[in-house]
Amino acid sequence: MYDAGDAQLVERLRAGDEEAFRELIRVLNPSLLRLARMFVPTAALAEEVVQETWLAVLNGIDRFEGRSSLKTWIFRILTNTAKTRGERERRSVPFSALDAEDGGFEPAVERSRFTGTGHWAVPPRAWPEDRLLAKETRLVIERAIERLPPSQRSVITLRDVEGWTAAEVRNALELSETNQRVLLHRARTKVRRALEQYLSEEQ
Amino acid sequence: MSIGLAHLNCRELVELVTAYLDGDLSSGERKRFDAHLSACDGCTMYVEQMRRTIELTGTLGVDDVSREAEEALLRAFRDWKAQ
Repeated sequence: MYDAGDAQLVERLRAGDEEAFRELIRVLNPSLLRLARMFVPTAALAEEVVQETWLAVLNGIDRFEGRSSLKTWIFRILTNTAKTRGERERRSVPFSALDAEDGGFEPAVERSRFTGTGHWAVPPRAWPEDRLLAKETRLVIERAIERLPPSQRSVITLRDVEGWTAAEVRNALELSETNQRVLLHRARTKVRRALEQYLSEEQ
Repeated sequence: MSIGLAHLNCRELVELVTAYLDGDLSSGERKRFDAHLSACDGCTMYVEQMRRTIELTGTLGVDDVSREAEEALLRAFRDWKAQ
């Protein structure tokens, strides 16, 4: 939500404070790029979309009324810019289409690990704490996230890597409450499975 | 969400973990979820592993802005300011 920190940042931007702008791009630019990439076919175009977004932010900052958080407002500008650009490039990738790629229901845990009555037949085993904290384990997570379909990857990156709230992610990606949760659920589930598999391998 | 919560079994519980951790279950659903957990070691372990997964995912680094990108944006800022 729009708070005192936001209000201060907005005032500084309006006053032409370059340091305020630098702070903002350091915080938001990587996520803006990642999201833009979902609407346009190349990384170069995504960078253009992000540049265009920042210009629109600067040109619109005087009209920003603080009815949403600054971040939400900036992401809405990005989404609109990226969509317009995506259509121009004849490759619009709306999230409804991305959702379709996920197909039907994917169980969080293989069916074979439950009994006929739905109780654990092969329950999860404790993870070795020392290996869990090893650097290599983080690579396993990174690789698992890279393999996710783009919509799941965006949601888990924003929620769990960058620490956004569910509402912020819904707004930025224009997702329903249910879709946000389903995408996050599938993404987390696959990361947990990747960890389970890795940690069950003999060293 | 309502998948046969009256008889919440392990296979159903694992599908509700995200809603549970986000506080999106109704109070009735939450009670059943907690009741199941208190009697089931497998599901307790599963939920714990999901928490650890989320926690570890949170330690991955977020990308930095490249120097060139930052410089280009700051130039755009100065142009905007000069207008």
